[in-house]
Amino acid sequence: MSKRGERAMVPDAEFRSYYGRPILKEPAWKTPDVPAYLFLGGLAGASASSAALADVTGRPALRRIGRLVAAGAASASVGALVHDLGVPTRFLNMLRVVKPTSPLSVGSWVLAPFSGLTAGVAAAELTGRLPRLARLAGLAAGALGPVMCTYTSVLLADTATPAWHEAYRELPFLFAGGALTSGAGATLLAAPVDQCAPARRMGWVGTGLELAASAVMERSHGITSEPYRTGRVGRLLRVGQGLTVAGGVLSALGRRRRWVSAVAGAAYLAGGACMRFGVFDAGRVSARDPKYVVVPQRERLNGSR
Amino acid sequence: MTQQDAHTPRMGFFTDTSVCIGCKACEVACKEWNAVPTKGMDLLGTSYDNTGGLGADTWRHVAFVEQPVPVPDAAGSAQGADGMRWLMASDVCKHCTHAACLDVCPTGALFRTEYGTVVVQEDVCNGCGYCVPACPYGVIERRESDGRAFKCTLCYDRLGEGLEPACAKACPTDSIQFGELDELRERADLRLANLLDAGESDARLYGRDPDDGVGGDGAFFLLLDEPEVYGLPPDPVVTTRDLPSMWKHAGVAALTVAAGVAASFLGRRS
Repeated sequence: MSKRGERAMVPDAEFRSYYGRPILKEPAWKTPDVPAYLFLGGLAGASASSAALADVTGRPALRRIGRLVAAGAASASVGALVHDLGVPTRFLNMLRVVKPTSPLSVGSWVLAPFSGLTAGVAAAELTGRLPRLARLAGLAAGALGPVMCTYTSVLLADTATPAWHEAYRELPFLFAGGALTSGAGATLLAAPVDQCAPARRMGWVGTGLELAASAVMERSHGITSEPYRTGRVGRLLRVGQGLTVAGGVLSALGRRRRWVSAVAGAAYLAGGACMRFGVFDAGRVSARDPKYVVVPQRERLNGSR
Repeated sequence: MTQQDAHTPRMGFFTDTSVCIGCKACEVACKEWNAVPTKGMDLLGTSYDNTGGLGADTWRHVAFVEQPVPVPDAAGSAQGADGMRWLMASDVCKHCTHAACLDVCPTGALFRTEYGTVVVQEDVCNGCGYCVPACPYGVIERRESDGRAFKCTLCYDRLGEGLEPACAKACPTDSIQFGELDELRERADLRLANLLDAGESDARLYGRDPDDGVGGDGAFFLLLDEPEVYGLPPDPVVTTRDLPSMWKHAGVAALTVAAGVAASFLGRRS
């Protein structure tokens, strides 16, 4: 059972299977489409909220960056979602029903107005026209922003994929933290350092959330936590956490130096991307090996006896 | 969850694997009737099984398990030479009472029919693929050549004409039995009691219990060993059972984001 000389974190579990074949189907979603969609959604959501607050508190430079990043990331995430469909020309079928039991239906109904609003607000920002309408639309997008940051965690958790489903309590906070660091990262990368104080604080809040959520997620689900800690996925998540922490430290050191601040921003963005790709692949790993299905379900059955 | 028309009872399959002979007539009849494309020639090296499992192009799948068992000697004790027994089982979509694929489908392409079965409307499916990881049995799959999701329809078209599904029609041993679910459950209980009486102590029904994690299966089984031996999950649960809690956690996390952004903008300006 042991694979490629990896260090076993727990003793290999004994279980029976049908020729070791997978019981579950691996998610049909493609890489990089769907991990990119998760990352961009969080970046767009946090940026829209940040732009709305920058607007209200009179920080035009941060408002501008937030609005443009939100619009760009939102439209790119729509693009990634449509590209991943088996029949992209039927994208609008997503909007033929409203289904609260389907996180993808709920998500489509959030993403559609959000991407429309952010695109309009960005157009207003660039042309300088209709500033009052832009402020209103920006506030609406800012209110939807936090939902954009976290609904994608439900999208993953609401599956039979063991590593995703079992982590349904932690994933929303992990994605919330990742969204905050990504939003902060974009601002740190683009804004003058003397205006970056809110982004630095946002990044630290996000870093704390992300580290806390992943610490719980990687330890509390027995064998189902294993894909988050081991193999290529484990390494990717470690690198992501390292980049996020580096972003937090560098942003503090870069209060006066633009380039240090920009490196901090890039580290945050790269860390957020690593986290999404890692979480996505942990799900695939857990669907591929029948042990992640059989062992926890057997434990449940034996426990209830 | 299932709202049954008073005049249309819930229909389903009872697959009694104890009489399956592994002829694969069900696989062939299903492919023929439903015009399911071939995946090409594939030799898996897993006994007589060369389809591996259910998927977009395999709506009935016959599993072959070769198990070493002790052979009773003339006196009837089990100390004889090592023998072998065959387990053969025809797997199919379970048409769950609480069907995750149907719950998570964002387009409404998956629906519950008047027979209580779960079917994909191919003219609505946009290939989002959400049903694929949602299924706790790994049944439904996206067909890459087509982009849409496919699975067993319990021959919805035949049922409308008063015909039984193609696999049940073709099964030469009545291992696959089609009928009203209530009646099938009674029949299965009787069969199980007979097998247990005959000393087949590992016989069990799988998916028959309306109180299990998916509310019972519309297509259930009589197995002669643990479900995982046949490639079935031992205790499947519909993922949407936890959905209210998932939304609550995501809601609290969203409020945390809002509070985090707000707090960041309230502090000093530089």
